[in-house]
Amino acid sequence: MTLRSISQRQRLRTFLPQNNLKIIQEAIKKIPLFLIIAVFFLSVVFSAAYAGDKDNTPNCGDAFVFSSIGDARTLVPILASDAPSSEVAGMIFNGLVKYDEELNIVGDLARSWDIEDGGCTIIFHLRKGVKWHDGAPFTAKDVKFTYEKLIDPEVPTPYSGDFKKVKTFEVLDDHTIKVAYDRPFAPALSTWGMPVMPEHILKGRDLTKTSFSRCPIGTGPYMFKKWQVGSRIDLVSNPDYFEHEPYITRFIYRVIPDSDTMFLELLTKNIDIMAMTPLQYSRLSDTRQFKKNYNKYKLVPSSYSYLGFNLSSPFFSDTRVRQAINHAVDKKEIIDGVLLGLGEELTGPFLPGSWAYDKTVAPVSFEPAKARKLLAEAGWTDKDADGIVEKDGKKFEFTILTNLGNNQRISAAQIIQKRLMEIGIKAHIRVLEWTVFINEFINKKKFDAVLLGWNLSRDPDCYDIWHSSKTGPGEFNFLGYNNPEVDLLIEEGRGTFDIEKRKDAYHRIQRIIYDDAPCLFLYAPNGLAAVNNRFSGIKPSIIGLLYNFIDWYTPKGGELYEL
Amino acid sequence: MTNYILRRLIGMIPVLFGITLISFFVIHLAPGKPTDVMTDLNPKVSQESRLKLAELYGFDKPVYEQYFVWLSRIVKLDFGASFLDGRRVADKIAERLPVTIGINLLSVILIFGAAIPIGVKGALHYGSIFDRVTTSAVFLMFSLPSFWVGLLAISFFGVQMGWLPVSGITSLDFASYSLWGKCVDIMRHLILPVVVTSIGGIAGISRYTRDRMIDVMNEDYIRTAVAKGLPKNKVISKHAVRNALMPVITIAGLMIPGLISGSVISETIFNIPGMGRLMVDAVFTRDYNLIMGELVIVTFLTLAGNFAADIVYALCDPRIKFGEKK
Repeated sequence: MTLRSISQRQRLRTFLPQNNLKIIQEAIKKIPLFLIIAVFFLSVVFSAAYAGDKDNTPNCGDAFVFSSIGDARTLVPILASDAPSSEVAGMIFNGLVKYDEELNIVGDLARSWDIEDGGCTIIFHLRKGVKWHDGAPFTAKDVKFTYEKLIDPEVPTPYSGDFKKVKTFEVLDDHTIKVAYDRPFAPALSTWGMPVMPEHILKGRDLTKTSFSRCPIGTGPYMFKKWQVGSRIDLVSNPDYFEHEPYITRFIYRVIPDSDTMFLELLTKNIDIMAMTPLQYSRLSDTRQFKKNYNKYKLVPSSYSYLGFNLSSPFFSDTRVRQAINHAVDKKEIIDGVLLGLGEELTGPFLPGSWAYDKTVAPVSFEPAKARKLLAEAGWTDKDADGIVEKDGKKFEFTILTNLGNNQRISAAQIIQKRLMEIGIKAHIRVLEWTVFINEFINKKKFDAVLLGWNLSRDPDCYDIWHSSKTGPGEFNFLGYNNPEVDLLIEEGRGTFDIEKRKDAYHRIQRIIYDDAPCLFLYAPNGLAAVNNRFSGIKPSIIGLLYNFIDWYTPKGGELYEL
Repeated sequence: MTNYILRRLIGMIPVLFGITLISFFVIHLAPGKPTDVMTDLNPKVSQESRLKLAELYGFDKPVYEQYFVWLSRIVKLDFGASFLDGRRVADKIAERLPVTIGINLLSVILIFGAAIPIGVKGALHYGSIFDRVTTSAVFLMFSLPSFWVGLLAISFFGVQMGWLPVSGITSLDFASYSLWGKCVDIMRHLILPVVVTSIGGIAGISRYTRDRMIDVMNEDYIRTAVAKGLPKNKVISKHAVRNALMPVITIAGLMIPGLISGSVISETIFNIPGMGRLMVDAVFTRDYNLIMGELVIVTFLTLAGNFAADIVYALCDPRIKFGEKK
């Protein structure tokens, strides 16, 4: 009791001005009065705390203004191949499964699933009581319809490949589906993250011409409201969403094609989120005013850039030459110079931080001396002392191709060019328009080396990029990588659902590929974003920022937009 | 005159046809096709699906065959559908046209409204301080790239001062405004893009007017007009400016296709969904139907613009008589 009254006295002292101290001392003598004052102050303190609590409970309202460089093309999800279309469709539709923040596959429209038959059969148990935005019930028929459209030769979907592997598709009852494959295919589960479309609306319609692509109906947390082509798409929260109603009522997808303009819109608080360039993140937004209004997030990389070698070229067929180049190029320097340090050095083609990525594979050191030694071992020496190494009378001179419009890649190529010159290799840089690059050079294998990037997919299956059977025209192993051991491991990795076995296979693949150096893993840029700080509930994770968007909210009183 | 108009109109048909033929083949010379954009370097897309896509759209057929398919549709005024989103080309153009035409009309008005007085005044007070200041200002305006001026203007008026909106043509809650509020909102959004896109034009036309005006003021008929005692205002407005501006009609005619083609750079910076961005995106995605649709319209308007300029010329200048032998 005494302890408490002392602390209360101290609190009073801090609350009241000095010249009132005497009055207080007198008041303490008259205990009842003191008690009244104490109770008054305590109640103020408590009610404030209580009010703060209440403020912080999620409440519905406000709007979230998303910004994108490009407009969506179609909201028929199985036809959407560009990022904006997929982003918007992702708010409106659900797949059977999705990834959680730790990269586990969890149920979305499917409540659960059983993997039977040694991995050849998946039985999905669908959620009951889910409704389409127009009120019609969601059933297994919708999934069947979506699957049939995916494999329909008349439907121009780029995603048919994964679904052609399905041997049989059976609807067991309204809420159960059985999918069978010829052999176990681990990425199969994640392919069912493909958004499901409503059969009752789309049946018998031509997907490429239907008005559905401009006013879609899904099962997702947001419902389509309005589309002003080229400038914005308005969505509104779905009060009947099966997880819970999203707290943020309006979702506005704004198209702003110029990154500088977008940044100026951010400064004037006209948009609530922006994917930033390294310069915007580290320099331009480094002001007090900016920090007052925004939180900045540095996210796990979702892609990487590499210098890939044409392995059938006489320059690069020798592993020692590729390793020499790996030692000659300082990745740290590229990350600092090109990304202002906002990137990570990779040692393999998997998402860093995921279970498939082996952190113990150490990056090779930057050692020009070692590089020169390796080159000499491979027979490349500078006999005529002109600064360029030769072998059998042929000078080591090649061209790095990269695409127009990505200045980071061009800068990286220039840094590489300088470093290679130091070990006696002359590199030229050629920048090409994208379609020309792909059609005339990549698909025809007319290149020495390319500077390109790959997305880091959430499932580590890398069959299409590294398997030796995928080197045909238009296929993705255009570097011509061929290692029988890696082939076997890739098949092993996709042939089992056992995460531990898969993990072993991918760790092994990463080590072998990094050692073979068919390409130099240059940098993996961090995702950089700024979000208006009136939003609470944001939890950045390995799969990004927006995955838990329905849990974001503006504390009461902090709303910027009325409904 | 009627005879002449008819002949000119008939003459336009083979020109239009020839332009579409050449354009169609040139566009197809560029490597890549619309379906590549959906599928390039996307490991989820198998080679088989890619070939299937190309076949669905008929890109596996020879180019001349594709051209005849296209031509047989175009004579029925059917521009076809965009490959990217399956929407009709005519719709895509129609939703972009009003914004582009609106902005360009406003800027043409601003260009002529500002440039002609500046030019005339400069010529009349040749060598004065006004003339020298405007001459330097005009050269400065001419040499400043519009994307840079645009961004600086947005940064100053939109961000630092907060007087004008940063980009777009309407505010976020536009739909809830009153009619008057909507008008004010659009006007506020249009100020920067219209002014910035006009800068180059004002510079060019005002120089042009000034030089023409100086020439005209030295002509004999001006001296005559002054000598016969006409008031100075009348000499300038009735004799000098009219004659000085004759060639401007030609320039105005050439501006007609510019009215609808739009400018990619300012549309991108000010975030205006107009024709310029539509065209450039179409080129990068090899959206043949859309490119051809825009080309046909722009070609037609260019021809029509030249034609209209010739007619107006004849109407304004009694010395020009078409198709009438002396």
